[in-house]
Amino acid sequence: MKYIKFFLIGILFGIIMTKSEIISWFRIQEMFRFHSFHMYGVIGSAVILGMIQIFFIKKIKFKNFKGKIIEFKNKKLGKYNNLFGGIIFGLGWALTGACPGPMYILVGNGYYIFGVVIVSAILGAFTYGALKEKLPH
Amino acid sequence: MSIIDFISKPWPWYVAGPMISFVMFLLLWFGKSFGISSSLRNVCSIAGAGKYYKYFDFNWKKEIWNIIFIAGAIFGGYIASTFFHNFNPVELSNNTIDDLSKLGIIFNGELVPEEIFNIYSLATLKGFLIIVIGGFFVGFGARWAGGCTSGHAISGLSNLQLPSLIAVVGFFIGGLVMTHLIFPLIF
Repeated sequence: MKYIKFFLIGILFGIIMTKSEIISWFRIQEMFRFHSFHMYGVIGSAVILGMIQIFFIKKIKFKNFKGKIIEFKNKKLGKYNNLFGGIIFGLGWALTGACPGPMYILVGNGYYIFGVVIVSAILGAFTYGALKEKLPH
Repeated sequence: MSIIDFISKPWPWYVAGPMISFVMFLLLWFGKSFGISSSLRNVCSIAGAGKYYKYFDFNWKKEIWNIIFIAGAIFGGYIASTFFHNFNPVELSNNTIDDLSKLGIIFNGELVPEEIFNIYSLATLKGFLIIVIGGFFVGFGARWAGGCTSGHAISGLSNLQLPSLIAVVGFFIGGLVMTHLIFPLIF
């Protein structure tokens, strides 16, 4: 039962992503063609509010629901992996028109073919895990 | 106008963006961090890949919330399309419609071009490239980069992480190269 809250937050997320059309392949094309402010507005406003949020969480030592101070893990900086991994991700993002969140949410919208996209993405993650030691980071 | 009609209309960016940051806040408050591509790693671990590769050898039971969150998101997509269905076409700009029609992609008003995203197109080179290779790149790239749009672009940039900024620059390099240089070759 302790997991039901995550299911509910997920529902909220799925509704937001669908209703704002961020899960649309066409909208991603529009973004990469700089034809609309929509996607930049969504990501930009989420990030700016996120920055303010995290600034205050750290400043006032805001506690989580268990009364523990919320801590943030730093992302690991790599010489190659952030950029090269990012570029490969971007190539796939433009092709499928979906990053991982939208892939799942599109299935909920009845576009079941995105199940194949998800399986392919899982295979991609598996391949990364298998090759990890051989790849530059 | 009823409340259902109101919700059913497409939401503008200034509603969606703040609500996404609220989702991030809820997850932080419940002791988690917002990031979706880690679920791809979790699925491999649940399937037993930890026996073969160190990257998948961790206690996935601790990360099961991530899978539950995604199950919720899928259900959210179902709710939005069933109960708050928008009967108008996606609000795509005319410039994009024109550009895509030059590539032979018809804007049908739906969320995705159905002539590409269907089961039969999997048997064509183009369809296979977009659906399977595209998906593979997303999964491989996200894990190599250490996160995707949620983990790097939203969570990471919000926390002023340099690796996230580099990754997001990478996302756009890849996306722009694909859209402007490779799409004309594929379509």
